[in-house]
Amino acid sequence: MSASFAPGKGVEQYNPRVKQRQNASAAMKWFLFGATALAIVLLGMLLYSILAPGLPWLNWHLITNMPSRIPERAGMNSAIWGSIWIVLGAAVMSFILGLGTAIYLEEYAEKNRWTSLIQTNISNLAGVPSIVYGLLGLVVFVDWMQMGRSLLAGVLTMGLLILPVVVIASREAIRAVPPSLREAAYGVGATKWQTVRHHVLPSAFPGIMTGIILSMSRAIGETAPLLVVGGASQVLFRPSSPLDPFMVMPLQIYNWTGRPQEEFEQLAAAAIIVLMIVLLIMNSVAIGLRQHFSRKARW
Amino acid sequence: MVVDSNALTAQESRVRIPGVAADAFAAKSDAPESKTVIRLDQLNVFYGSFHAVRDVSLEIPENSITAFIGPSGCGKSTVLRSINRMNDLIPAARVEGKIEYHGVDVNSRGVDPVEVRRRIGMVFQRPNPFPKSIYENVAWGARINGYKGNMDELVEQTLRRAALWDEVKDKLKESGLSLSGGQQQRLCIARALAPNPDVILLDEPASALDPISTLKIEELLRELQQDYTIIIVTHNMQQAARVSDTTVFFSLNDERQGVMIEKGVTAKMFTNPEDPRTEAYISGRFG
Repeated sequence: MSASFAPGKGVEQYNPRVKQRQNASAAMKWFLFGATALAIVLLGMLLYSILAPGLPWLNWHLITNMPSRIPERAGMNSAIWGSIWIVLGAAVMSFILGLGTAIYLEEYAEKNRWTSLIQTNISNLAGVPSIVYGLLGLVVFVDWMQMGRSLLAGVLTMGLLILPVVVIASREAIRAVPPSLREAAYGVGATKWQTVRHHVLPSAFPGIMTGIILSMSRAIGETAPLLVVGGASQVLFRPSSPLDPFMVMPLQIYNWTGRPQEEFEQLAAAAIIVLMIVLLIMNSVAIGLRQHFSRKARW
Repeated sequence: MVVDSNALTAQESRVRIPGVAADAFAAKSDAPESKTVIRLDQLNVFYGSFHAVRDVSLEIPENSITAFIGPSGCGKSTVLRSINRMNDLIPAARVEGKIEYHGVDVNSRGVDPVEVRRRIGMVFQRPNPFPKSIYENVAWGARINGYKGNMDELVEQTLRRAALWDEVKDKLKESGLSLSGGQQQRLCIARALAPNPDVILLDEPASALDPISTLKIEELLRELQQDYTIIIVTHNMQQAARVSDTTVFFSLNDERQGVMIEKGVTAKMFTNPEDPRTEAYISGRFG
């Protein structure tokens, strides 16, 4: 037996339509649930289409061996190391440059037409196709600075590619630090750098790390710019100096999927699994760092 | 890490934070009338093209509590924040006129706002402890200003002065944010005392607190008055009446600029003000 109120005062002026509003609210809930479910199903299908052909080929040889023409002997050791160096190098480079830029723009620079122009440009750079960065890297690093098709040129190119995202994420994180915290620090006679170093950065650090994590994920999957800058050919050794040629996992996958033998396609699926595992490990480390520092900031 | 509290009891109530100029006391006992610590002369503050505060002149004597009262938007907080140059942080803000601290214009060339803010501490409207430990909240301001003494002692003395020590002595490592609102505000007062200022500015320090916490803050201010010069902005007229020696009434003129209407001994301001606008505000007829 459902209870209901007697019509209260104001029935002439108000039409609450509680029932309809609640229905709309419930409908929205199902729509949002559907969107989530669809995403999960698609992700599941994607995972299945990789895991099914790839899992049988997933073994130590794949990780320890160098590329080979014989599928049973082919591995991706050089590509794994290439990817790790590229991603770590790019992350370090964009962390230093990107965070520095973000701190300068948010805390030091005057807010005028120039800084807003710079901000607009950084946002635009985040949307530039990655192949353009590859061409830039080819012209500036490979040719003009004579680095050749080297690991260093790849790191610099990839670092530039993810720099705008890191700057934008860091700026957002720094901007989200409440002004009252800065006032508190200035109020006891802190300089700008003391305020930034001891209060703004620790509070913003989790957000900054989120930006770094996202851009690392992007960097490890990027293929096009490295296709231009790096070697598309096989590399049969691990890079041991910054000027060595290099191979990365997405390029290896691209290379294998292009071969006629069906075994190489399955090998490519296995390589995708390895790529995802490496990405997962790197992100876990970054997330662990983020947790560590956000705890420390709160004490 | 904390000094044995028994060792301090003998002298605890009169313990001075090390480094406070002893001659400040000597000068006071010699001179029959207390000297001026802060002097505003024709102070005008602008936010961009908006003339927010017009022609404010007043003197704040040493070891007094001065209350700034007035309706919202009358510029009393703006005046307060000009004194320790916190308005520098607002890009569009501009100050004209003189703000003298012990005879030196805080806006003159060669005066660093960082040094001004160390000497003129500030407590804000909403409690804003650092998201760090209680200990670190107090210690940080002293450390960045190069405090060379025993930090544990300083933290204890300062927390005692802020009437917070007994409540927090067993949890100095816990976050300052774990305290209640009233305790947080007293922690913020302790933080303001740690770099050893001689003036404390409070911008509506009790407006976010319950009546009991408010009363504690007021009692605390009365005690701090012995060693500090205090200026407090408040919306609460009972608070101004209870806690201050001098009351300054600000209001808006016809061009919506903040102006100082009247200044006087608090008891007189609240019983027999000279200006009819002051009377209207105090009796609750406007504002």
